[in-house]
Amino acid sequence: MSKVIFNRRRFLTLGGAGLVGTTLAGCDAFDSFARPGHPVRDFLIGANEMTMAVQRTLLGSEALAKEFSESEIRQGMRPNGSTDPNNPDYLALRETDFSQYSLEVGGLVDNPGRYSLDALRNMPSRTQITRHDCVEGWSCIAKWTGVPLGLILDEAQPRSNANYVVFHCFDIYSGGLSGGVPYYESIDMVDAYHPQTILAYGMNDAALPVANGAPLRVRVERQLGYKMAKYIQRIELVESFADLHGGKGGYWEDRGYEWYAGI
Amino acid sequence: MSQSEADTDTGVAAPSSRREKGPLVYRQAVLTRLTHWVWVVCLFFLLLSGLQIFNAHPRLYIGQQSGFEFNNTAFSIHAERREDGSAAGITTVFGQRIDTTGVLGVSGPEDRPQVRGFPAWATIPSYQDLATGRVVHFFFGWVLVGTLLVWFVSSLLNGHFSRDIVPTGRELRSLPRDVADHARLRFHHGRRYSILQKLTYGIVLLVLFPLIILTGLSMSPGINSAWPWLIEIFGGRQTARTIHFGAMVLLVGFFVIHILMVVLAGPINTMRSMITGWYRIDAKRKDPR
Repeated sequence: MSKVIFNRRRFLTLGGAGLVGTTLAGCDAFDSFARPGHPVRDFLIGANEMTMAVQRTLLGSEALAKEFSESEIRQGMRPNGSTDPNNPDYLALRETDFSQYSLEVGGLVDNPGRYSLDALRNMPSRTQITRHDCVEGWSCIAKWTGVPLGLILDEAQPRSNANYVVFHCFDIYSGGLSGGVPYYESIDMVDAYHPQTILAYGMNDAALPVANGAPLRVRVERQLGYKMAKYIQRIELVESFADLHGGKGGYWEDRGYEWYAGI
Repeated sequence: MSQSEADTDTGVAAPSSRREKGPLVYRQAVLTRLTHWVWVVCLFFLLLSGLQIFNAHPRLYIGQQSGFEFNNTAFSIHAERREDGSAAGITTVFGQRIDTTGVLGVSGPEDRPQVRGFPAWATIPSYQDLATGRVVHFFFGWVLVGTLLVWFVSSLLNGHFSRDIVPTGRELRSLPRDVADHARLRFHHGRRYSILQKLTYGIVLLVLFPLIILTGLSMSPGINSAWPWLIEIFGGRQTARTIHFGAMVLLVGFFVIHILMVVLAGPINTMRSMITGWYRIDAKRKDPR
């Protein structure tokens, strides 16, 4: 008897779902305008500019992301995206524990520079316990140690037309026909000079692990995780990112995500 | 017809076919109607794009962060493999496991079942696309906020708020009777809303809408920095996400009852009043009591 009831209930559930599905005609009715590049989608994503304008007005340049106490670090930092880059250049550096690594800072600056990991570690550092919010919806609290990006920029002396800081990364995503597509990200000067924007080489009181972006990743605490590029190879200051890769300012931005990820 | 007459009308309402037709009254101001229909569109897109966003990580938690090495999960949808090799959709609500195969966790055509939180017919786009879900959600989020402000200001000015939303003491005392009348599907058609209507619309517009907007904003790292107090009210980002989802469930529940009431109370009359503003009220009772 119970088997019959189960089957009937299952039948009703499936039937009900099917009925609702037919009524709504599946939401593939809206799939056509959802494709990147469709004018409707381009119009809708315009709301992101309003979001950014309003948030920047509320935020100013100095408002800080909340910092937590040690007791709120309850777990390891969940790695996401690429966690084990297989780029040969990267693997070679990893072999010697990144002792041969150097960060290149160039582009629209008067004083381009190179920094070994030791040089970065010898600069004034900032340590912050913050909540990492992934665009997927989850959050994780961890402690980050690194050099404020503002100090690096002060040394590099950006030119007046430098509007964005671009992070070029070692990790390569599979990119279909073109082979591999490197990860990259960009932030504007407001976020670049924010006191909590650091180039992190340490996490939870240890060297930054490979899964979390060794040897160097950026923390942009007032935005979502995908802005916080890992495995940074080189920093470039640019006037516009229109000529880089897909032209939208980041790997995920080129795949339809908002450039401003404060929401 | 005044409220006092409607209130003293405790008699059994006759079936509408036999009831004498009352006059048409102008019941809904143009801004009330306009905001109503904008919300219909908004909530449709917000719900379906919201479920798309939820599907990117179909799990809700209590607290500041998501427990990966400890358990603070309140709700989750996932797929499991049965012993016979078929896929089962499992929904867990505060530790209670429910088999939801076909709808939640595993759905789609029988021969090509898909592993996903909410099924394709309930998300925009139908396929997995978090980026577009976000684009659609935030656009209509702005429209919802804007329309709510327009409604609030215009309702304060044109009297909709004080007349149709704020209940009087008398009306509150008549609540048990109104509940009983609704339960027996005896509807009174007056110029004014019944107390149940007032309370329901008041809760939706003044509690659920602000709640879902503010918990939504609490998930924004930018807003967290600008208004650090907001996320603390809700007990952390992941709790805010859970409340946001809960408010959605309540709004869907409201929608179902709302549509049911429209149908039961006379769909033509209620639709006409929401489109043209004109509503036919019950005829005055002739038999004095």
